[in-house]
Amino acid sequence: MKSLLNKSLLDIDQLNPNDIKNIIDEATSLSEKRNPMTKKYLGGKSVLTLFFENSTRTRTSFELAAKKLGSDVINFSLESSSVKKGESLLNTIKTLEAMKFDLLIVRHADSGAPYFISKNINIPVINAGDGLHAHPTQTLLDIYTIQKKLGTLKNKKISIIGDVLHSRVARSNILGFAKLGATVYINSPRTLSLWKNKLFESNNSKVIFVDNIYNALDDADVIMPLRIQLERQKQGNIPSLREYSKYWGINSQKLKIAKKDVLIMHPGPVNEGIEITTELVNSDKSLINEQVKNGLYIRMAIIKSILSEICK
Amino acid sequence: MKSNKIVIKNGNIIDPSSGINEVGDVVIENSYIIDVLPLSNETYSSDYKIINAKSMLVTPGFIDLHTHLRDPGQEWKETINTGSRSAAKGGFTTITSMPNTIPVLDNVNIVSDLIDRSKSEGIVRILPIGSITVGQKGKNISPMNELAEVGVIGFSDDGNPVSDPNIMKQALMYSKDLSLPIINHAEDKNIVGKGLMNEGVVSNRLGLFGADPSGETIMIARDLILAERAGAKLHIPHISLSASLILLEIYKNMDVNVTAEVTPHHLTLNENWVYGKKGEVPDYIDEDSYDTNAKVNPPLRTLDDAKDMVDGLAEGLIDIIATDHAPHSELEKKCSFAEAAHGINVLETAFSSVFDLFLNKSISINRIIESLTSKPAEIFNLHKIGKLQKGYFADVVIIDPKAKWKVKEDQFVSKSSNTPLLDLDMNGKIICTISEGKIIYKDNKFYV
Repeated sequence: MKSLLNKSLLDIDQLNPNDIKNIIDEATSLSEKRNPMTKKYLGGKSVLTLFFENSTRTRTSFELAAKKLGSDVINFSLESSSVKKGESLLNTIKTLEAMKFDLLIVRHADSGAPYFISKNINIPVINAGDGLHAHPTQTLLDIYTIQKKLGTLKNKKISIIGDVLHSRVARSNILGFAKLGATVYINSPRTLSLWKNKLFESNNSKVIFVDNIYNALDDADVIMPLRIQLERQKQGNIPSLREYSKYWGINSQKLKIAKKDVLIMHPGPVNEGIEITTELVNSDKSLINEQVKNGLYIRMAIIKSILSEICK
Repeated sequence: MKSNKIVIKNGNIIDPSSGINEVGDVVIENSYIIDVLPLSNETYSSDYKIINAKSMLVTPGFIDLHTHLRDPGQEWKETINTGSRSAAKGGFTTITSMPNTIPVLDNVNIVSDLIDRSKSEGIVRILPIGSITVGQKGKNISPMNELAEVGVIGFSDDGNPVSDPNIMKQALMYSKDLSLPIINHAEDKNIVGKGLMNEGVVSNRLGLFGADPSGETIMIARDLILAERAGAKLHIPHISLSASLILLEIYKNMDVNVTAEVTPHHLTLNENWVYGKKGEVPDYIDEDSYDTNAKVNPPLRTLDDAKDMVDGLAEGLIDIIATDHAPHSELEKKCSFAEAAHGINVLETAFSSVFDLFLNKSISINRIIESLTSKPAEIFNLHKIGKLQKGYFADVVIIDPKAKWKVKEDQFVSKSSNTPLLDLDMNGKIICTISEGKIIYKDNKFYV
């Protein structure tokens, strides 16, 4: 595999379809090994997960991925940091740079923070989610998951439902899915959509915002409801969770107009019974656990491709 | 004492307010202009210092009605001294001190102290602006009469716009008899919310909270309605939206006493600058994006808004150019976009930025000079400045219109260098700045 050596992975938009294919091929290869050559790849490398925003699932997935490749992993989170003591982000990362980590895995509540970090230190950065902006490893694992089931994203109808405005997963997925030839449909309450329903200035016909959820669900290959944050009601974005659930919650009734073998995905964590019914989460249409499993291999592949000089 | 006599010879004198745009001399004695365009065969006695201004533009010293000097309270960003030097380098001979200092310019003691220190520490004229409300908290009106008596030239609560319409109305009415303008930053904080940049496609793409532009128009509409009702003088700072110009035009046509300013950045930059590629839209977001130096309030708007600002200035709907010079230290910009301070360092780049609008034929040189000189003096009732006329203060700028220069971080005389224009090539350079007859800056050197 061609190495992304010494280069940060900040969002899916920096990768071309061939880069994506290489990462997925590597993930596939790692997943097929019973014991993916533990310790051999990255012995002696040290990886820091640097989480300025809480997350157990994503951090654990990265930690496990890095450990399975044989690297040492240190976890650094907001609670244990000096950020709360008023230390600047720049100071914090300069200190960490002096400790000579080989790779930083960064999550930050501010959009663009991983770009700032990557610019100011000489260590590659993987963006594990920045503000409302991007979550490229989620997109890669979603692409991997869809490809495993459907073979390709090309000409598939993938529908993203819900709070696109506040979703970094949605932004990265729209870019990534469209790049691989899918047609992405988006439906949200207008108050939780993008301004003028546009992610690009130019008309990108592969990204279609629709006013009616049924236009998004109709004949869909994949449906991805997004997590609705409880505070959206307080901010005046929606009248109530009950109303949201009634009109935007995915249930088996609404799925009738989708493809018969439609797949359900969710970036997690799920508010069961609100954006999607428990019944569907546990149904055979659901790829939610598959996403988590594939996430591990994708993250291994990314870490390996950034750090390893071994070319396949 | 030997008198100070200067002749600026053979420059292209531009003073639109006097209808002058021709080659000739400006004669200065002590602090004043004593003659403009004397007979061409005039000879000068040997005690005149002669400045050869052949192929240069000679204009009145620029006047900035919107300068944040940060002194007292935030001297790590700027001081009276560095801010006034920055002004001199940019051709400004009169600047203002916006009142959002720490403490706020809301009482006579602090304003008097500022005036005293402006004289001893500053190298150009510095006029204070007082706060509208005590502590800029939007509750009680400042002692406007007292402040006017010591010399404030207007009132503003800076980035904390007066949100209560009743307080705003009282302030307008109370200030009316002083004939001093109320300058209210037009932003409804409720609708702008956590907004970090203009709400639109760029904020969508970068995942930055968008500030709804309605925040500006809602506030301008309210203030115009109140100004009309109170019959008072309203000055709208840093206007930035096409929709705001529509409101402005309606109320100007109703003869409401309203004036407006626009900054060089709202004339020449747009929201794409947040991408960090000098206005280009990149193929993918990279480490140059989230340019915190392009974070400013009001935010950089769309390309169409910027074009309308140029047209609005050209036709005189927008009265003047003001810098909103807002220095911030490196660390206040070297952070995530959300954490970064709002504001752009403008004084040293202002003229060259707007001079480009002349070079690309968007606006006449007369209109540019007027909006930097006689117009600000006129709308704020400033006497004996802003024109090249006999009896006026000898505040003069000499500009080389052909010179090119590059914006370099280490060339700023301001304490800060927070501008998205870093490393950009500029046209037109301030060669010499004369303040009250004294050469304070010439050929890259200061003489005070």
